[in-house]
Amino acid sequence: MKTIYLALKYLAILLWTSFVALPFLWALTTSFKTANGVTGGATYIPWLQYKPSLEGWKVLVRTGGQGIDIVGPYISSAIVTLSASFLSLALGTLAAYGLSRFSYRLGFLKNSDITFFFISQRIMPPIVLAIPFFLMLQFLGLLDTIPGLILVYIALLLPIATWVMVDFFNNIPRQVDEMAMIDGCNPIGAFVRVILPNSLPGIAVAGLFCIIFGWNDFFFAFTLTFTKTQLLPVAVVALNSSVTPWWSLSASALVSVAPLVIIAFFVERFLSSGKMAGAIR
Amino acid sequence: MLKLNHKHFFLLPGLIVLVAIIIFPLLFTLRVSFSSWDVVKPGLDWIGGKNYVRLFEDMRFWEALSRLSLMAVGSVLIQYIIGFGLALLVWRDIILKRFVRVLFLVPMMTTPVIMSVIWRTILHESLGPANDIVQVLGFEPLNWLSTGGMAVLSVILVEVWQWTPFMFLLLLAGLLSLPDEPYMAAAIDGAGAFRTFFSVTFPLMAPISVGALLIRLIEASKLMETVYVLTSGGPGTATETSSYYIYIRGLRDYQIGYAASLSLTYLVIMIISLTIIAKVLTYKMARD
Repeated sequence: MKTIYLALKYLAILLWTSFVALPFLWALTTSFKTANGVTGGATYIPWLQYKPSLEGWKVLVRTGGQGIDIVGPYISSAIVTLSASFLSLALGTLAAYGLSRFSYRLGFLKNSDITFFFISQRIMPPIVLAIPFFLMLQFLGLLDTIPGLILVYIALLLPIATWVMVDFFNNIPRQVDEMAMIDGCNPIGAFVRVILPNSLPGIAVAGLFCIIFGWNDFFFAFTLTFTKTQLLPVAVVALNSSVTPWWSLSASALVSVAPLVIIAFFVERFLSSGKMAGAIR
Repeated sequence: MLKLNHKHFFLLPGLIVLVAIIIFPLLFTLRVSFSSWDVVKPGLDWIGGKNYVRLFEDMRFWEALSRLSLMAVGSVLIQYIIGFGLALLVWRDIILKRFVRVLFLVPMMTTPVIMSVIWRTILHESLGPANDIVQVLGFEPLNWLSTGGMAVLSVILVEVWQWTPFMFLLLLAGLLSLPDEPYMAAAIDGAGAFRTFFSVTFPLMAPISVGALLIRLIEASKLMETVYVLTSGGPGTATETSSYYIYIRGLRDYQIGYAASLSLTYLVIMIISLTIIAKVLTYKMARD
């Protein structure tokens, strides 16, 4: 009985693992193919089933008007994601600390309403904002620019950062602040010198989520940029046409998702150490 | 007049930025929805509620909305069941625990549109591995993306691949934070694995389950990117979701005024239905 149970358990793990790995393995093997390797039907094993080639990978770094420019979008994506994440974290951490420690009244709105206002932005479908954002950025002269995208991405990421940090601060006892203030700190000093250094795990989780959602956003990058600025998901999806060779498509897809796969290791670390529980509930 | 002191130093910067970025677009959309702004005559005129009348008779919008509900609820429930199952599998010690946990998390880290591009090659009916596998198993090849019903299932399949890890993450974090005592009590009472799950684990996990389901439903209600890449809403309108339909009306046909009225109606319907779902789920939880 026990053995059957164990066997089923590992079989289930194996099945889901294969499903998770399938697109990555398929993209990996496809990226080494040429036209002959693709058009003959699905093949998997290089040398045995098809003759491997580096053509798909070479296209990514080729310069001088030839090939796909993936380096430019890569850098733009990194700049937009990191700047928007940093600004959202800074604004979100401050707001979350305020909402967790002080009581505010804005007209009839209380703390819980303000917190809800922050978090509820996640309900907003991107399509609702796309057209006004387009006109707003056009008015500001920021259409098709990196600062314009950073501005828009703050609207996406600030709710996430605030949400994670409010829960995190709610789990830090108020006595910690009070102790710091007895020691002669003013509220801002208590926050900077005592609370902030103790909040690094929460800030890390919030930051990881900001980076994930920023790097992976497609719709705003797609509707708010044209020629001057291009982010990575837009560049890769632009290859998704019937004439695109699957091999360079696969290679660029793998290169694009690679940095975020590394983040999975950090997320697992927080998860297994139990720090995630407080941060995401 | 608002008296500024140290506590406003914390809240105001974030609040002002968010209000500035969000409120203008919303007010603007509201105003535009009462105009006939389109490709022929761009600009803000006033046509009263004509767009809203048109919207009521636009079956394509309501069909997209019901299709979205079906796809969102369907894929989120599948994600919940599989995600809970996976979390239970790797909760206690297993071999290669950390490796398996990392692997189960990976899909949610990857860019949905980019992975959808890869999925499109997988589901390619003559050159992709999906039909290859189906045939090796001894079945007829499937029309993954070219018949309506299958296309809906394919979109759900890709959504499940992409987002089950998020469910897994939230539920595993919940499982890891559960206290030990109830389990010791259950073991002393001699409860088996199934009894323990249904009378200890599942009730203890209820608040986390509700939270996870709501987060995923909110995200799934915006479903459009997978559809855009995999099927472009097709075949016909078989996989067209609300967001995608509004995208076509607004940014393809450039009927800005009409798209604005669709956007606001969609937003209001989403807020109302998600609030009802949240109330029902938390009420059920409180009663159990």
